[in-house]
Amino acid sequence: MTAIELATSNGTRMDDRGADAALAIRSMTVSYGQKPAVFSVDMTVPSGSMTAIIGPNGAGKSTLLKAALGVIKPLAGSATVYGQPVENARARIAYVPQRASVDWDFPTRVLDVVLMGLYRELGLLGRLRGTHKTRAMECLERVGMQDFAKRQIGQLSGGQQQRVFLARALAQNAELYLLDEPFAGVDAATEKAIIDVLQGLRADGKTVVAVHHDLSTVPDYFDRVFLINTTRIAEGTVEEAFTPQTLQEAYGGRLAMGQLGQTALGA
Amino acid sequence: MLWQALTFQLGYNATLVTLGATLLGVAAGVTGTFLFLRKRALVSDAISHATLPGVGLAFILMVAMGGDGRSLLGLMLGSAGSAWIGLLCISALTRRTRLAEDAAIGAVLSVFFGIGIVFLTFIQTMSEGRQAGLEGFLLGSTAGMLYSDAVIIAVGGAAVLLAVIAFRRPLSAVAFDPEFAASSGLNVPRLDLIMMGLVMAITVVGLKIVGLILIVALLIIPPVTARFWSERVTGVLWVAGIVGGVSGYVGAALSAIAPALPTGPVIVLVSFSMFALSLFFAPARGVLAAVLKHLSFQRRVHVRQGLLALAQGQPIYEKLTLRLLRRAGLARADGVATSDGKARAAKALRDETRWQMARSREEFALAATFYDGLTEIETVLTGDQITELDRLIGAPKGVRP
Amino acid sequence: MIGEEFVALSLTPMLIGMLAAIACALPGNFLLLRRQALIGDAISHVVLPGIVVAFLITGVVAAVPMMLGAAGAAIVAVVMIEAIRRLGRIEPGAAMGVTFTAMFAGGVLLLEQSDTSAVHLDVEHALFGNLESLIWLDATGWASLFDREALAYLPVELPRLLIVLTVVALFTWVFWRPLKISTFDESFAQSIGVRTGPLGFALVIVAALAAVAAFDAVGSIIVIAMFICPPAAARLMTNDLGTQVAWSVFFATLSAVIGYVLAGYGPLWLGADNAVSAAGMIAAVSGAILALTAIAGPHKSRSGAPAKG
Repeated sequence: MTAIELATSNGTRMDDRGADAALAIRSMTVSYGQKPAVFSVDMTVPSGSMTAIIGPNGAGKSTLLKAALGVIKPLAGSATVYGQPVENARARIAYVPQRASVDWDFPTRVLDVVLMGLYRELGLLGRLRGTHKTRAMECLERVGMQDFAKRQIGQLSGGQQQRVFLARALAQNAELYLLDEPFAGVDAATEKAIIDVLQGLRADGKTVVAVHHDLSTVPDYFDRVFLINTTRIAEGTVEEAFTPQTLQEAYGGRLAMGQLGQTALGA
Repeated sequence: MLWQALTFQLGYNATLVTLGATLLGVAAGVTGTFLFLRKRALVSDAISHATLPGVGLAFILMVAMGGDGRSLLGLMLGSAGSAWIGLLCISALTRRTRLAEDAAIGAVLSVFFGIGIVFLTFIQTMSEGRQAGLEGFLLGSTAGMLYSDAVIIAVGGAAVLLAVIAFRRPLSAVAFDPEFAASSGLNVPRLDLIMMGLVMAITVVGLKIVGLILIVALLIIPPVTARFWSERVTGVLWVAGIVGGVSGYVGAALSAIAPALPTGPVIVLVSFSMFALSLFFAPARGVLAAVLKHLSFQRRVHVRQGLLALAQGQPIYEKLTLRLLRRAGLARADGVATSDGKARAAKALRDETRWQMARSREEFALAATFYDGLTEIETVLTGDQITELDRLIGAPKGVRP
Repeated sequence: MIGEEFVALSLTPMLIGMLAAIACALPGNFLLLRRQALIGDAISHVVLPGIVVAFLITGVVAAVPMMLGAAGAAIVAVVMIEAIRRLGRIEPGAAMGVTFTAMFAGGVLLLEQSDTSAVHLDVEHALFGNLESLIWLDATGWASLFDREALAYLPVELPRLLIVLTVVALFTWVFWRPLKISTFDESFAQSIGVRTGPLGFALVIVAALAAVAAFDAVGSIIVIAMFICPPAAARLMTNDLGTQVAWSVFFATLSAVIGYVLAGYGPLWLGADNAVSAAGMIAAVSGAILALTAIAGPHKSRSGAPAKG
């Protein structure tokens, strides 16, 4: 195989592929200062799939997600959601930021946070009706937090905070769910609850993309992976893209080969 | 005239004021550096505003005890006392309540200042208070400065400067990395206390010349200016001291030759002009340099991405990428590579493939961490290593399907 | 206190103090939660250069050009702080410190250089305001409130502040949801299409508007104190944003009323002849309220971990 062919097979052809994808990122480069955190990344997330974005610390996982959403401005490249610019598809996206990115001392209660997910529907001054609250309560029930609706958010444990964030995303009633490290620092029960909800979403035909860092659970939780280390390393189904070779390439010397072998499929 | 002022030929008092202002500028710049590097610059704002009730109360007490009330030393002691109480209030509010430091600073500065104003208006109603001239502490006034006042300021400024020099090493260590400083046995809370004490001393010394609102400028502007010129603590300290000193010296001299120009504001504006020059024109961190660097960086990213797209036969979506390629003579308007562009594209793709191979081999793991899409592989690997990579790429083994 | 003398001498300054305090406290709640409490401090310092420049351009001491000048200075300051912070990569506190001290120094210098001795424009007025002088001499008692002729001679600061307070309250009401969402979770707000940049800027502009109007009547000390103390005390009373805003309005009102009364009558009770600065006293009372809530507020300690990065 020549060098040209190798690179081409690795870099998916992009023609027309964004049209039916839930999320398509093209040639995206993002940098903080003078060093790209994400370089020339293409990504295609098929509708109805469940994708893990994995890579070592500082590989640009969260950055890619934020740039795709327009939360940070990319240096180059663009993203489309269901074939439309992100700006026109906001109603179809639910984003769950990292739990640690907000001040949990903010004076508000659990139910209020979930109701924030209804903002696009309510608008500036739309009246908050009983049905809205009922819907928000249903979302809390789906993550097992209905008993905490009146709690101040600062009193929640890390896992409970993450569930509330997920409930807010559910309230958005979106089609594409983008989650930044949803399993970071949560208890086992929460992890189970969250993955159940996410898999339920997929069963309903929704699309889920999550930044993930626990390699051992990737094959159980997800059907697709996107490996990134500044640039895209591999993308595809777990069978195709989650291999010892791709992991070695993404993580370099940072993972022992033994661990890779145990984790990745086909080893 | 300016030359005479700058060379201390305008009489004894003007000379003393200029010397005092220079010393004050150096000492404030250096002390402020520690505060700035600790990201607590605006604590100085609270400290300076919190001096006012002390000034008022000291005056009232001195009059009540039958004194003149205008003794600079007494007023300085009073201001130090109330500034210290203000600092304690900030620390109590941030430690014992959920309020953040910025809220505590704002609360203390406005409330203490309010109390100070209450005292001042009370003093104005006292028979001794009519000519007290305490308003001079708000904006500074060198007009009616006594010889003894000038001596106190010069001596005070020098004393603070000496103290800062004595504590420079531990204070630098704490400013640079408080956790490391603590782990290497330094008492960080105590050093912070010393730093605050020095800031307070500067404030008290500077009250008479620049006033309590503008002394903050002398503590903040020189370090911020210096930050544009150095990446090291010692460097920032030196530059901040020099900027502060020059501000004090030139500012005091300017106001000596033009009595209508009040000393405090002139000193502040001199230091601000040095800041503005640095902000725009500093070589590494200045805005101009940063903008140029960012533009060239953005060009590099787009050209590189464009070359990779050309090499892989992909269409170029972004207009900016295409425009840059055209301008460099690498592609035609319709997105087809020129011969020059083809050669450059092939090289870019070959390097990308080399990087990819390097990243997939354990023996290149260290070099692979330098990959960021832009770094030239020749700058990281030797010729022999690149030959080795090319050999690996050429062989079917080790290349993943 | 009751009757003619009260209506003529105390009612209007008290009302003006209250309106100014509430207008500043409302946006102060959001500034506090956004860790931008000191923006109020910065704005109130740059009001001085703003009005001096307005005076130098127009040559008259008139309310409208001065308010425009002050608002313009506030915008310049905010833009400059952001520019220094982003372009120079300087932490926000230091960027604020550089900006407002330099602009304040410029204001003082211009003031000393220009011939403003003939007009009522000085630094002390800028700092302390002149609440005590905003009296309603045409009032003869409570009945004057219904007397059109007497109402025509109300101090102009009163209707002006009323309008500004209405604007501030309307802004808070209309943008309540996006303000709350973006203050709590900025990146989520951006993901649902809230334009957080312009919204944050609008909040600062509204705060500046409140500061400028209040400053004209009561001086800059009250402005800084009311931006911070009532919202901070209110934060220690509750864990609900709506309730916090309500408490802050109550505390602002309480500070204005008690502060005014103490300044006017306190010294008399202590045997002195003359009143002390009402602006200073209002700030002091707001500090006392904050101290009380810091000692005994039901929600004085924090419960959640702070945001990282």
